[in-house]
Order: sequence, then C-alpha cells, then structure tokens
Amino acid sequence: MKRLVPMWIAIVAGFVMLLSAFFPITESLGETMGDVFNVVAAIAFILGAGSLAKVNLAKISQRDQGWGYAAITLICFAITLAVGLGKFGVPPSAQFPALGWSGEKDAEGSIFGWIYEYALVPITSTMFALLAFYVASAAFRAFRAKNLEAILLLSTAFIVLLGRTFAGVVLTGWLPDWASGLRLENLSVYIMQVFNTAGNRAIIIGIALGVTATSLRILLGVDRSWMGSGD
Amino acid sequence: MSKFITILEGLDRRWIFLAMAISVAGPILIIGITGKTLPETPTPAARAVYSEIEKLPVGTPVLIAFDFDPASGGELTPMATSLVHQCAARGLRMVFIALWPLGPQLIDETIRRVILADYPNLKEGIDYVNVGFQSGNEAVMKVMLTDFAKAFPITKNGTAVGDVVALKGIQRASDFPLLVEVCAGYPGAKEWIQYVISSSGGKIKMVTGCTGVQTPQLYPYYPVQLNGMLGAIKGAAEYESLVNSSLAPKDSSAAIPAKYLEAQRRMGPQLGAHLLMVGLIILGNIAFFAQRKSKVRATS
Repeated sequence: MKRLVPMWIAIVAGFVMLLSAFFPITESLGETMGDVFNVVAAIAFILGAGSLAKVNLAKISQRDQGWGYAAITLICFAITLAVGLGKFGVPPSAQFPALGWSGEKDAEGSIFGWIYEYALVPITSTMFALLAFYVASAAFRAFRAKNLEAILLLSTAFIVLLGRTFAGVVLTGWLPDWASGLRLENLSVYIMQVFNTAGNRAIIIGIALGVTATSLRILLGVDRSWMGSGD
Repeated sequence: MSKFITILEGLDRRWIFLAMAISVAGPILIIGITGKTLPETPTPAARAVYSEIEKLPVGTPVLIAFDFDPASGGELTPMATSLVHQCAARGLRMVFIALWPLGPQLIDETIRRVILADYPNLKEGIDYVNVGFQSGNEAVMKVMLTDFAKAFPITKNGTAVGDVVALKGIQRASDFPLLVEVCAGYPGAKEWIQYVISSSGGKIKMVTGCTGVQTPQLYPYYPVQLNGMLGAIKGAAEYESLVNSSLAPKDSSAAIPAKYLEAQRRMGPQLGAHLLMVGLIILGNIAFFAQRKSKVRATS
C-alpha cells in the first residue's frame, strides 16, 4: 500500500500531463494537475524545513564533527523564520497605514530585509567569489598537457579565457579584416557557437532520449526506484 | 632553473590565492580611481538582445523573470540593471516575476535603483509591477501558458492581478510578445524554452542573460528558440555599452552614472583573473614537463 498509492498517483498524473500536451480536450485536466503540483511544491518547503531540522538536530545530539555549524544553521534558520513570519519591524503598507502587519515582510526597515541585505547577500556573494581562488589553484595543479586531448582542451581554454577579455583585442586586434576570424574574440565566439553547440546538442538529445525512456518506465510502473528503497 | 622548478613544484596554494587577490583588486582600484573602463565590441548575441527590446512599440507588455539569487548577483545584477534601464527608457510595460524565492527582493532592488531613481514618471501598477515569487518551477510555467492569473493570483504587495492596470489584456504567457529572462540555474532559461517558448508556437520571443556556467548550455538554443543572449559579465558589458551609447544624453559631457557601468567596470578584474589563470597554467606545465624530463633522466 505504501508503494502502491504513490505509484498510481505518479502514473495517473504523468498520463494526464502527457495527454494534455497532445489533446486540447484534456488541457484543463493538465492545468488542474499543474495546480496540484504547485500546492505540493509549496508543502515541500515545510518538508524541507523539517528535514533540515532533523538532520542538524541529529548531528548536534550525536556531537558529530562540525556539530557547532549545525547549531549555527538551526539558530539562523529559527531567527529568520521567526522574523519573517512575525514581520518584525515591518512598516505598515500605504494601502492600510493603520495596520502594523500590512507591510511586506522584506520592506525597507524590516528585520527580515536587514538580514537579507546585510547577512544573506554578503555571505552568498563571498561564497561565490571564493570560487575564483580555488579555480586558480586547481588550474595550476591539474591543467596538464599530458596528451593530445589535454593539449586541445588547454588551447581552447586559452582562446576562450583571452577572447573573453580585452587581452584578446590587444593580442590579435592588429590582424587585417580578411583574417578577422582569427582574432581571439571572434575565435572564442566561434568555439562557443560551433564546437560547443555541436557537443551540447548531442548531449541534450542523449539526455532527452534517456528522460523519455525513464519517464516511460515510471509511467508504466516498471521503474519504482524514485520511491526509495526504504519500506 | 632547477631551483625555480623546485619552487614551482612545491608552491603553496596560499601564494596563488594572494596572486588572485592582487590581480582582481588591482584593476578594481585602478578603474575606481580613474573611472575609465575597457572598450567593448558587442557580439551579435548581445546586439540581438538590444534590438529585440528596441523594436517593441511603446507600451508593449514585457515579462521579465528574475530567476537568480544574490550569490550570482555579481554576474547578473549589472545585466538586469541594463535590461530594466532599456525597457524603462523604451516605455515598455514591465511585468516582473520570479521562480526563485529570492528573486522578488532582487526585483525590488532593481526597481529602486533604476525606475524609482531615474524614471519617477513611471507608476507602479500601471507601467510596471512586481508580481513576485511562485513556487512550482516548470508547473508554474505550464499554468502560465493557459492562465497567468492562476499561476500568479496576487502581486508581491497583495493586489489581485486582475486589478493591476499593467496586466490589462494579459490572459496567458503568450500575450507577452517578449520574455526577458535573467537566470542562474534551475529553473531558468532552459526550462522557459522547453515549457513556454516551444509550446507557444513562436508567439513569444525570448532573450536571456545568464551566468558563465550556463552560457555553453544555452548556445544550442540561439538564435532559434533564444532570440538573444548575454553570456556572463562579458555579455553584460557588451549589452551595457550598447544601452549606454543609445541612451547617452545629448550633452556628452554628462557622466554616465556608475550603476550603469557596473558590467564594464567588472571586465577589468576579469582581465586580471584570466591573465593570471593563463600564467598559472603555463607555469604548472613548465613544472610538469621539467619533472617528467628529470624522471626520464633518472630511469635511463
């Protein structure tokens, strides 16, 4: 029963969506299924919060390595949730100036807005910016011209790296118009539009075929691995 | 020479981090002090974004999706700023939506930075509206295809979409002649193409601004499903230079505000970082070949 009900929900929903794409008469059914999905997706946020709490509380109670980070995660989560739901510091909206809670949760001056502006934005930007340092270190240690494939990869990387900056213009800008295709900035665009597109299209077509096969297996109830192995 | 190779082989990665910090900080400081940016030659993909927006008649509704978060803001905020700048200058009706939870805040920031600051004549709810976030990814897109109000029943500030003047005449996604998508991953341009553009039968055109990681994955869709594309900060800088040159005030002595030069300013640090990467790869290979040579000598 535990596996049968989800399997039939998936089969019915899948077929409805599939048919609604081909037969206009079933379009409204597909729309309803889309609405159901939106509701389920919203509920998934609650499930996600529960999962976050479960995993981190387990880490803290077992004093696993890095349990302090788990505690920080939960504290930050709880604070953000509380100030967001409670709309702390939110100024009233222009429409309902008498009602304290009528403003948006992230309005200017609200604590939620403050957390977003002064905690979330700098933290996530910093995380992303750190990539540059690790990529540079990895490039120094891992990019080796060991064989022909590696040499081709390196040459392409050089063209794209230089072609995407003003260095490309400085290095090859002197080339005459009839040889402009060899300018690094143009070569870089050529690589992206021709070689990259050809490779990516092959991958996309391969993935599409794989998705179709897997979807059919799920729709026909042959593949049940998506339900997990636990009983 | 052998001493140099030994140093290279045992180079602590903290030296590389330091070199990267200098090569990025140097251009930032120089551009900050001089105010000068590197010249840009727009590629056809960036030109296409500009012309797709430019050829829309005044008052045309445009769907602008902010599907990214602050982590990618360094790359995507400058292009989002320029896209809104051009749409506002062109007098298009801007309908902002987000399929990423943090998108609405980024929309508000852009509205504050561009529309409220430089186009105070544009009225919220009439000339532009922030419809906000909706969870559900592709399912939201599918619902939008048949009923926009069902996918987004209320705007970010709680007004029913049926009461919003900016959304007058909008029943479904295909009522927007153009979709402007700024994205950093999933759901993003690829999903919009698969679920909305392909299903609209050519009724909607789409231009996108995306991160460097996404650019190679989106090239296969350009120029058929994607009418224009801004790839990473380079694409943003090209597009920014196009928008700035077209919107430059008649009095050429007036300086362009720094917020409209962000992408071009960031090409300086990108140049420094890319040159360092090329240098490091060359140095790494020198060390590699020297090591291999010495191994061959030792065995023979």
